[in-house]
Amino acid sequence: MLFKKASAPFMNAQASVHSIMYQVLYALIPGTLAAIYFFGWGVLIHLSIAISVCLLSEALSLKLRARPIAASLKDGSALITACLLALALPPLAPWWLTVIASIFAIVIAKQLYGGLGFNIFNPAMVGYIVVMISFPREMTFWTAPLGVVDNWLSFGDTLSIIFNGSLSGQSSVDSVTMATPMDTLKTQIGLEYDIESTRNHEVYGALFSDISGTGWQWINILFLLSGIWMIKQKVIDWRIPVSFLLSLLLISNFFAVSDYASYPSSLFHLFSGGTMLCAFFIATDPVSACTTPKGRWIYGAGIGALAYTIRTWGGYPDGIAFAVVLMNMAVPLLDYYTQPKTYGKTEIE
Amino acid sequence: MESTKLKHFHGGLHLDYHKDISNKNSITACKPQSRYVIPVQQHIGAAGEVIVEKGQRVLKGQMLATTKKLISAPVHSPVSGTIVEIGKHAVPHHSGMEADCIIIENDFQDEWIERNPVAENYHQMNSHELRNIIRNAGIVGLGGAVFPTAIKQTEININTLILNGVECEPYITCDDKLMQERAREVLAGADIIGHIIKARECIIAIEDNKPEAITAIQLAIDEDSTGFFRIQIVPTLYPSGSEKQLIKIITGKEVPRNGLPADIDVLCQNVGTAYAIYQAVFKDEPLISRIVTFTGSGIQHAQNLEVPIGTYISDCIEQCGGYSKDAYCLIMGGPMMGYSINTDRLPIVKASNCLLVSNSEEIFPANTEAHMPCIRCARCVEVCPSKLLPQQLYWYASASNFERAAEYHLFDCIECGCCSYVCPSQIPLVQYYRSAKSEIWALEADRKKADAARLRHEARERRLLLQKQEREERLRKKREALNKKKGKIEENEMDAKKAAITEALARVKKKKETQNIKPKNTDNLTSEQERLIKEIDQRRQTIKKITDD
Repeated sequence: MLFKKASAPFMNAQASVHSIMYQVLYALIPGTLAAIYFFGWGVLIHLSIAISVCLLSEALSLKLRARPIAASLKDGSALITACLLALALPPLAPWWLTVIASIFAIVIAKQLYGGLGFNIFNPAMVGYIVVMISFPREMTFWTAPLGVVDNWLSFGDTLSIIFNGSLSGQSSVDSVTMATPMDTLKTQIGLEYDIESTRNHEVYGALFSDISGTGWQWINILFLLSGIWMIKQKVIDWRIPVSFLLSLLLISNFFAVSDYASYPSSLFHLFSGGTMLCAFFIATDPVSACTTPKGRWIYGAGIGALAYTIRTWGGYPDGIAFAVVLMNMAVPLLDYYTQPKTYGKTEIE
Repeated sequence: MESTKLKHFHGGLHLDYHKDISNKNSITACKPQSRYVIPVQQHIGAAGEVIVEKGQRVLKGQMLATTKKLISAPVHSPVSGTIVEIGKHAVPHHSGMEADCIIIENDFQDEWIERNPVAENYHQMNSHELRNIIRNAGIVGLGGAVFPTAIKQTEININTLILNGVECEPYITCDDKLMQERAREVLAGADIIGHIIKARECIIAIEDNKPEAITAIQLAIDEDSTGFFRIQIVPTLYPSGSEKQLIKIITGKEVPRNGLPADIDVLCQNVGTAYAIYQAVFKDEPLISRIVTFTGSGIQHAQNLEVPIGTYISDCIEQCGGYSKDAYCLIMGGPMMGYSINTDRLPIVKASNCLLVSNSEEIFPANTEAHMPCIRCARCVEVCPSKLLPQQLYWYASASNFERAAEYHLFDCIECGCCSYVCPSQIPLVQYYRSAKSEIWALEADRKKADAARLRHEARERRLLLQKQEREERLRKKREALNKKKGKIEENEMDAKKAAITEALARVKKKKETQNIKPKNTDNLTSEQERLIKEIDQRRQTIKKITDD
């Protein structure tokens, strides 16, 4: 009788890339639903554009690279990129903005580097940065969240803005867009208002909630909860989110304490913009992050510091994407210099 | 039960142990078979030389092969019988290779060679004598590494002897059963080791998933009055049974890289090895049998058998009621570090602690053909007990960047399989490391060969140059000597000639001076003749004048 030959180990935890990616996708659901709830049809429309373009460009690239298409599409990584992009881009942005960002993310940042596992930069962040640099005006097409306004912009109006660049009436897009709380605060502080007066401002005041921004606060809280769930499920490593959030907290606290009038509180920073999305879904992308435990601490802390710097003194409304990509560049160096001491090398006390 | 605070090694895994499949029955002796295949080399080190001949009758316990080389162990006959063949036979190995084997036909007489056990007298013997007994009994580490035990015990005055009864691999229960049923003998063996290395304490380490073994060993310790032994229960975590990891758990110290446990005052031996030493000292029985776990869903009656070394696996399986219908994979060793064999017509060897017959669902066959790319999730980093960066090692190993792989401490990898176990991309990491290691060894061997060749070549060049120089020097000297001689001769000749000439001149001069010779025909001339001469001279003058003008 001849037996099957195989190689050790013959036991396996039966984990799979597929299951990791899908758990990340499931964890994205609550925060995404909140984003849809607060920002309306635009989020859904951009989500569908991003998903279709990302999957399509992934399939095309794989075909050109003569790689198996179905297996890679099924791994869920392109889907995550699409969701992250759609969540990061303004809900009233023109359709082509998402298309360009998606193509750049998948084709240039991911497939040209060799596909899943080989990309140096976080694909979604590369896509985001490309459109952020190229189309700064369109990148401000945020809408006022529910709570500031009473109703969603109608489906027809949203479609019209996204695909025609105008409303069905004669009014311009600018009449329905509204800056994000973070952007507002930055502009107002730039105009030498202080935080208190901005929060009490007759127009902008409604944008702010107790913790951070109306709507944004809940989106961030939900991403935080999902993130904790992912850490519990061991889908992501806890070090990067913890070090990122800690670094952002400490730095923002330092400045807020030193000048309460012109530096927003730590809470505002932690629960505004893309903070929680970055902490648990973007910075934790294993492919482009550090792999050593020590390296992950530095990597997360670095993103926190850079994000705060760009948010506070940079020219862009949110610094997450730049911070992540900058730290992506440092990964090989960090990984090399933070190798753990192997067994037998540790000094004995 | 004393308990000290235990340390942790990095990483490790909680696995499904499946120990209860095989640990319900007591150890059963394997029935005598008609034929045994004894591989000449069953240990790490040099192979022995066969000291018996084909056709010769051998007795049970008789030495079949041995060598004087330091790191080696002899093999012995497990039965009395006739040697029917000495030659190549398939042996358990992951490559499925053949090796030199001695094949014995059992005569069922069970006739032993003469035995003279030293028994309790070992207390009066010195370490050297006891090590010789262990060496001649062919005892090797039975935990799986099969390193010759006598060599391991050469350092003396080691503080702590750790007896490894951890048995952390799933499915395997041979050490568990041994401790349960032969605790006193195991401790006696440990006492002999302690005597050899002059240890001050002996710690018996057992994982907490073996309560019966713990009780049995504790009972045996309680009978002992020396206070030498202490039991240490360690939490179940794979791979706690690995020597380095176990030492870390118990002592908190790490065996230095490229060092030995002796460097931190520890010696670690498997409980099975201690039992074999007991057998050698108290009964003068060499290592001719061992306890083997036959387990897995692919076998009818899983159990532990005491199997003579050289018994065919198939004969043992038969005693276990044969295979079940869905037997699929035959694994020598445990499911984490064992290797699959494709036939059961192989002998049990000293290293065989377990035979796992799995069905197709029970065992995960690593898919080597197509795996997902590494997504750098670093789960492997979290579990690696050697604190390596397995994903970096994989990156460099798969890119054949061996220099970099070695730089990332590839050779510190103990191949425990934790990284492969957790890998979500199902990358057969250990396989990559193994092949990278053998590639590096091959390169190293090539390099050494090339170095040797280069050195040889350089030495030859140097030798030739030296010879040439020597020859030239010799020639030059010869020539010089010759020239000198020749010069002298010439000088002498010249001198002689010169002398002769001057002599002759002097003689002429002397003659001239002394004799004042005049031409003889002008002497005594008449006046007439003188006149005539004058006239002639005058004429000549005139003629000369005319011709000159």
